[in-house]
Amino acid sequence: MAKVSFLEERCKGCGLCIAFCPKDCLELAESLNSQGYHPATLTDEGKCISCAICARMCPDVVIEVVREARR
Amino acid sequence: MAETVKVYSRPKTLIDKPWHFCPGCHHGIAHRLCAEVVEEMGLQEMTVGVGSVGCGVFSYEYFNFDGIGPSHGRAPAVATGVKRVLPDRLVFTYQGDGDLAAIGTTEMVHAAVRGEKITIVFINNTVYGMTGGQMAPTTLMGQVTTTSPLGREAKQAGYPIRVCEMLATMEGAAYVSRVALFNPAQVVKAKKSIRKAFETQMQGVGFSLVEILSACPTNWGLSPLEAAKYVENNLVPVFPLGEFKVPEGVK
Repeated sequence: MAKVSFLEERCKGCGLCIAFCPKDCLELAESLNSQGYHPATLTDEGKCISCAICARMCPDVVIEVVREARR
Repeated sequence: MAETVKVYSRPKTLIDKPWHFCPGCHHGIAHRLCAEVVEEMGLQEMTVGVGSVGCGVFSYEYFNFDGIGPSHGRAPAVATGVKRVLPDRLVFTYQGDGDLAAIGTTEMVHAAVRGEKITIVFINNTVYGMTGGQMAPTTLMGQVTTTSPLGREAKQAGYPIRVCEMLATMEGAAYVSRVALFNPAQVVKAKKSIRKAFETQMQGVGFSLVEILSACPTNWGLSPLEAAKYVENNLVPVFPLGEFKVPEGVK
């Protein structure tokens, strides 16, 4: 499971998650969803720190964030 | 990844359905914050949301708790009735600037004067969003809208109304604050402020209002990111952020 997952069908491509991502690991996909928007996707999971700033800025609640369990 | 821990997922207090808001509209963030606070306070079964007319009109379709759709601007009056009959419930209204600061001014002011133990979540985006971006009482001086094509002029349309400053002068109002959603730090502060307002109500202290400065990218003719910057650069100087009134003992 990816650290950040998107309900791509609900994304309206507003880009607020991308603008505020502190690690620049999100971007709009080339593809379109059925609403006609380019949905946001995670491009570099290695850079992602699971801070969930993207999810907190998302106006459409399309983002879920997980992190690795600490031992 | 082997084992994972959830950092963020959709609150259970939101119904799982797509929203009608435009891309980048801050209504979505405001809805989510209200729902998250209700969930965190464990009040899903004890909450009554009172909607409004405008872009926030479908709040009862999105919140997964009880809701009422009142007529235009009358949400504080309806909330007053609900709260007086069911004093143990969390009763809050969700209103825009057209609903609260124009047609609903009387209800809002007198609910505060009476010190009703309700909460108003006031979304200020300086325009009538749903009907096409007409000038609202909160429209900035010089701001171009569909009904002020040359910009708002004082001679013709007066000055923007500052709801928080007005209500903070009233003895009945217990908690009054203004927050914004233009960056992640502000979103966190806004959520804390909504929590304080709900706590003010549930501790029986009195009337509370949180004004949320919001972006309306569609009617402002800006991209979602430009609209967020517009809030920071243009709205905040006119509508300063902060807590105008905080009751003792509410953290």
